[in-house]
Amino acid sequence: MADFFNTPGGIAVIILAQTLAVVAFVMISLLFLVYGDRKIWAAVQMRRGPNVVGLFGLLQTVADALKYVVKEVVIPAGSDRTVFIMAPITSFVLAMIAWAVIPFSDTWVLSNINVAILYVFAVSSLEVYGVIMGGWASNSKYPFLGSLRSAAQMISYEVSIGLIIIGVILSTGSMNFGDIVRAQDGNAGLFNWYWLPHFPMVFLFFISALAETNRPPFDLPEAESELVAGYQVEYSSTPFLLFMAGEYIAIFLMCALTSLLFFGGWLSPIPFLPDSPLWMVAKMAFFFFLFAMVKAITPRYRYDQLMRLGWKVFLPFSLVWVVFVAFAARFDWFWGAFARWSTGG
Amino acid sequence: MSVFAFYLFAISAISGGLFTVVSRQPVHSVLWLILAFISSAGLFVLLGAEFVAMLLVIVYVGAVAVLFLFVVMMLDVDFAELKAEMARYMPLALLIALVILMQFVIAFGSWESAEAVAQNLSQPVPEGRHNTEALGLIIYDQYFLLFQLAGLILLVAMIGAIVLTLRHRQDVKRQDILAQIYRDPATAMELKDIKPGQGL
Repeated sequence: MADFFNTPGGIAVIILAQTLAVVAFVMISLLFLVYGDRKIWAAVQMRRGPNVVGLFGLLQTVADALKYVVKEVVIPAGSDRTVFIMAPITSFVLAMIAWAVIPFSDTWVLSNINVAILYVFAVSSLEVYGVIMGGWASNSKYPFLGSLRSAAQMISYEVSIGLIIIGVILSTGSMNFGDIVRAQDGNAGLFNWYWLPHFPMVFLFFISALAETNRPPFDLPEAESELVAGYQVEYSSTPFLLFMAGEYIAIFLMCALTSLLFFGGWLSPIPFLPDSPLWMVAKMAFFFFLFAMVKAITPRYRYDQLMRLGWKVFLPFSLVWVVFVAFAARFDWFWGAFARWSTGG
Repeated sequence: MSVFAFYLFAISAISGGLFTVVSRQPVHSVLWLILAFISSAGLFVLLGAEFVAMLLVIVYVGAVAVLFLFVVMMLDVDFAELKAEMARYMPLALLIALVILMQFVIAFGSWESAEAVAQNLSQPVPEGRHNTEALGLIIYDQYFLLFQLAGLILLVAMIGAIVLTLRHRQDVKRQDILAQIYRDPATAMELKDIKPGQGL
């Protein structure tokens, strides 16, 4: 049996099983994320939220997903059929494949590549295609306007996300997620993590992540008071479900990125407790809670304010920060807090 | 396995390029072009140049092709007319294509790689170094001046583009965030005591 797992066929089986494990983790979390999202808004608005299907309404998302799947797929007559169907698939697949490089512990990673962080960045920069294709293929005004807005928004905030990530890469001296997390290891628990030296960038990254994933207060592409539902107007049934799932998976990915880049991934916040993947999951859940809270308590931005914030505030600030981190890392300012490649990374 | 992957990427790159040209719908052309870009990124990965592959995806697919797509989606181009135009210049185009093809044949016929390059052809990444590290060493050590010059040229192009498109319209009301933040109730509000039935 042990021999079998060394043959090419056996390795393929192992890779397949690991992939399935990650996909299963993401999909099952997805079910409860949507439920949690709705429960949190409900609690903020003093409503009950979903509470009918299953215990405490826990199976509401399963019921919703089933409903979407069994409904009829409506494809508008004037639409471009191929691109119309391709768009949600692109959106979903791109959101899923980014998980290939996300580590859950020192050894639990599907693909441990050197340019992992660039890979995630590349995949998330492709995610805009699902939105543009969907908006264009619908051949209708609201979806088209929504997709144009969304594309401009996602490209704008990608720039500042890229610069923030460069700061972390400079501190670590590597683009591998494992190295980035190991560089945050130390004796002081959570005070070793990058959130402390890179403090302002945590907020910038979080806000940019909101904008990048089209979450409120930056959900301009689907601003229902202006654009009905943006690029999703003409979508129904499974294609809509795929868009929706892709969106939530992208949000969850951003939670994972935040915890890996700034909050030590699977490292334990308290020095004497052991490091474990559970910490990683707990941190992701916490950042998802913040995402949901932001949706519940903030009003929507106006489009010109969004663009101003991205280009005139975040971009210059993160650019200056990169220069600062470069100097701090090179000349060992702040007791080497910025140059982790020499101490342990 | 990698041979299989190579042919997969090679075929999809070539068919992507082909359909970019023959596709009737311009938006489909751009989508095929994206397929060609991604396939060539895959070829880079097979060569061991993963950094270049990721940059290709980020820059070309994530930014340049999005702008193409924008332009193509917004412009309503009449392609039948364009095709008719093209037929007139076909002989000239064929002539140019032929000349370039001949040049390629002549150039590759007498192609000889330098010794150092010939060694690196099969092994583009030096042993024991990351791809990114190797690229950084070359760019920042050997070709530092050229790298800076490239940056300068890009900066000039960027400034040019901003100067060309920047214009101030006087008749548009703009939001001044700073002025808004620094307002205080004393100057922003005026309280009046109005007697019933009189108004201001």
